[in-house]
Amino acid sequence: MSRRHPSSPENGLAPAATPDAAPLLPQRRTVLKALGASAATGAGLTAGAGTLAGLSGHVQAQSAEPIRIGFQVHRTGIGAAYGRWYDRTTTAAVARINAMGGIGGRPVEIVAEDDGTDPKRGAEVIEKFVRRHECDVAFGTLFSHVVIGSAPRAGELKLPYFVVSEGHHVASGMLNRYTLQPGITDVRSQVQAMAPWVAGNLGKKVTMLYADFAFGHDHRDYFSEAVAAQGGEVIAKIAIPPTETAFTKYFPKIPRDTEVIYHVMVGPSVLTFVKEMGEFFGPSAPPIFGFIDSLEAVDIASPGLAFLEGTYFWEGYPRYAQPGVNAFDAAYREAVGVDDNGASVTDGNDVSTYAHMFGCWETLNIIKAGMEAADYRGPADRAKLIEAVEAMEDMPHSLDHPQGAKRFNGRTHQTFGHQHISKVADGRLELVHTTSIEDTLYPDEVDYTTRSF
Amino acid sequence: MNDARGWLLHLGLLAALVLAWFVLPAYHTGNLARILVLAVYAAGFNVVFGYTGLLSLGHALFFAAGLYGLGLSIQHVGLGVLPAFGVALGVSALIAAMTGYLALRTRGVAFMIVTLMFAQTGYLTVLYAGRWTRGDEGFVIARSARTLFGLDLADERIRYFAALVLFAIVFLSLAAIVSSGFGRALVAIRENEERARLLGYDVQRIKWLAVILSGTVSGAAGAAYALLFGYAGATFASVQYSILPLLWVLLGGAGTTIGPLIGTVFMFYLVDFASEITDAYLLLVGLALICLTLFLPRGIAGELRRRALPWLP
Amino acid sequence: MEFGPHLVLALLEGSITAAVLALTAAGLALVFGILRVVNVAHGEFFMLGAVLAWFVSTTLADTFGAGPAVGFVAALIIAPLATALVAILADRLVLRRIGYDPERTIVATIGLLYVLQQATLMSFGPEARPVEAPFNTRIALPWPERVNGEWVLGYPWGFGTTSYKLFVIGAAVVVLIGLWLLLRHTTLGLIMRATEQDRDMARAFGIPVTRVYALVFGLGAALAALGAVLVVPIQQAHYLMGGDPLLLSFIVVIIGGLGSVGGTVVAAVLIGLTDGVVSVFFSATLAKIIATLLVAMVLVFRPQGLFGRALSR
Repeated sequence: MSRRHPSSPENGLAPAATPDAAPLLPQRRTVLKALGASAATGAGLTAGAGTLAGLSGHVQAQSAEPIRIGFQVHRTGIGAAYGRWYDRTTTAAVARINAMGGIGGRPVEIVAEDDGTDPKRGAEVIEKFVRRHECDVAFGTLFSHVVIGSAPRAGELKLPYFVVSEGHHVASGMLNRYTLQPGITDVRSQVQAMAPWVAGNLGKKVTMLYADFAFGHDHRDYFSEAVAAQGGEVIAKIAIPPTETAFTKYFPKIPRDTEVIYHVMVGPSVLTFVKEMGEFFGPSAPPIFGFIDSLEAVDIASPGLAFLEGTYFWEGYPRYAQPGVNAFDAAYREAVGVDDNGASVTDGNDVSTYAHMFGCWETLNIIKAGMEAADYRGPADRAKLIEAVEAMEDMPHSLDHPQGAKRFNGRTHQTFGHQHISKVADGRLELVHTTSIEDTLYPDEVDYTTRSF
Repeated sequence: MNDARGWLLHLGLLAALVLAWFVLPAYHTGNLARILVLAVYAAGFNVVFGYTGLLSLGHALFFAAGLYGLGLSIQHVGLGVLPAFGVALGVSALIAAMTGYLALRTRGVAFMIVTLMFAQTGYLTVLYAGRWTRGDEGFVIARSARTLFGLDLADERIRYFAALVLFAIVFLSLAAIVSSGFGRALVAIRENEERARLLGYDVQRIKWLAVILSGTVSGAAGAAYALLFGYAGATFASVQYSILPLLWVLLGGAGTTIGPLIGTVFMFYLVDFASEITDAYLLLVGLALICLTLFLPRGIAGELRRRALPWLP
Repeated sequence: MEFGPHLVLALLEGSITAAVLALTAAGLALVFGILRVVNVAHGEFFMLGAVLAWFVSTTLADTFGAGPAVGFVAALIIAPLATALVAILADRLVLRRIGYDPERTIVATIGLLYVLQQATLMSFGPEARPVEAPFNTRIALPWPERVNGEWVLGYPWGFGTTSYKLFVIGAAVVVLIGLWLLLRHTTLGLIMRATEQDRDMARAFGIPVTRVYALVFGLGAALAALGAVLVVPIQQAHYLMGGDPLLLSFIVVIIGGLGSVGGTVVAAVLIGLTDGVVSVFFSATLAKIIATLLVAMVLVFRPQGLFGRALSR
């Protein structure tokens, strides 16, 4: 048994050998295939709820075979804090989909596997989704290196792989036709969209402080390019190792004539980073623009963060409920169990990763829309599913897409949407600017539709 | 190998692995392809740790050398698979020779730390050279580039047998080496270095050769991993990947030829099985490790050799 | 920032690193020196100290409305004690049973590492949680500047520290002095040193060696936990925070010289300060590469460390 989410009404075990379970590769073990299939789905020692239910003659609640979505989640490792919220959002999204009748009348079942935020394990998990759990699609990965490590296998196994990663890797053309990112925008579009506002409102001489790994490098490169186009300049680029725990020694490198500080940090030490930045500047800080990544899952009212007052943040999705701005936000918050401050309704100290987790909700709704458009029956229709999603373009603002309207680029497999800028005021984040989708567009780097399946 | 039983065991095991392709379900053969490559890595580590008695915490350096040696050659230089593999082997051997020469000036825990430091340097250099290596994110090696003699290495069957061929070559070669004079010298050094020196063996040189052999085999595993699974990333150069072969070898049986494979298979399925039962599978793995070292200290094959099959090579 | 204040700031920050590192590494040095085993889970004892500190201060704040100062003092006492108990339990259940065999201890402590990490993940969760410092005010530091041809004390932009950080340095010094007094001037310390020098001889003199081992293991863990409690108001408590301290502690202990707590402290200071200073001149990753290679080279050319006696093991 792997995490079959309680949200799926159907907890029964798949029949031992279904036509849908046929591997997509040349058959070679016809005699032992049945044995093999049952071994794969109900391995001897595993006493999962599913197996026991099947053995005890559990009567299936619905006659429809469930749609199995493999959820590649960071349960352990450096991404675990995000993984937890991705998990909750996924559960809520699936509950809603099933309450509305599932996908094409079939209930959705989530099969979750921990990838340990590790690319090797990620690839092994993809293998499991196809061979062992007979999933229709895989989804949900956040950290770029896990995505890149897993995508080749997904492509080889012809498994549609919907990632929720923010990385530019999908649109860069590095991956394959089976990997898509339709539910969350990528770092290149986010960064590019920020440059006009920052250069126009805060200053043109920017010092960048970023995490010294691929994600941070993307920020460095794309922002430098975008701000130069606005007549600005990045006068210092300070790279900080993502595993760093003491940050004060980096701040002296900030040039005195900096007009704007731009920061984006990731990892468990982000709070220390922001705190020490405040301690360094004391009362004389220049304007600061950061990405909310530096504070995801961290309470803005934490001690030591008072200096953030008056500074600005990019927010993928505004953490604090903004009255009158987003008609679908309230319903979305209620469904995923988040209060108006962006924290868990059961524990006000448990702050969510609000700017990223919506990607799971929206992606699942896109999978549903794609499957219904393609009249998806089983793994043989995977290519049709991909084509159906590639054909999508405008996704209007709705409860399916609570973050905002999206424009999906079927050729690059990447979606584009509105980006938000908020200001810290009275210990809360207040939305001050929303970009248009046009602000975030950039030229295509690849056309996956020309690649074969 | 002098003992016929030893040969029978080795060839029998290989035959079983060939048979496994036809008998096991796709899930397990997919896993086995991965396991076989990692077992090659474990076997390489075993040379230095199991046979020579040197605890190295820096083998990820050699694995990564092979991984990137092949990966970068294909990606940025456009070499074919075989030349790239050759480059990978050459680079691993060279790095093993250089770092080994320096590290072998130390012993015991100092050796441990020095090897660890060299591996860390390698890891940091991979990150630093992000322009080519893409750092921690890594890069994908296109399927079209991973063909050998017209065979698509990403195809399930070809991949499995490619991994098996590599494993077989390493498995049999190492078996032959450890039962040769050189291998016996390694064991002698492990058991009592002073005595070996007094008997006239050039201990430093022999240890150095062991490190080079070990590093090259580990590099071959790294290159094979990049080639067969299409991804190279800095994670494989991190400390974790220096500890893993140590675990595999200790669990399977250090100083035995089949130990590395057994250990790798065991750890893989332990994690797999445990993650089916609970989210906290690392807890189960940790408990399993503790139990294993309490009750089977010589590893599975090691205990087998001690209690039942003393002829086990 | 100008070079002068930048360097001083780096040294100041380096001192904090060094202070915490000295405590953590001293714990490891004791275990290494007296038990002669590699405790791979030492970093997890550090992590436990931080997590327990969070737990204590949060519980006191929520249940009794206690302020951060009270919570901190309570944590300072409770966290190291509780961690020591966990360590002693591990010693009793596992380490003693495997007779402190070096290889088996490595596997067992790797298992312990997984167990502790996963248990913490399950109870404490995956996020990093802050602990409020008992007091924390920013202190702007003065620097002599030349204004209109005269030397005056100015306050350069950003040049400052916090009261709590200074406290950490002071507290660490106090604890280390206490440790030194314990080792040099108490019977317990004498017993520990005797056991370290010659275990069998100590036993012959009627010293309950196994009990001393348990005590030392607990003390080592307590020191690491104490270091963590001191640093957690600056950093956060996170279930993976044990990795770096483990690595650094090992380096420091080996460089300082096995079995020399004094050497360990000196090495901690050196490494902590160097880390800060090198980062003034080079980008962080490059600085780390240089530092890592430096450590390796020190050991290659002086394997016994800076202060250790040339041991045969």
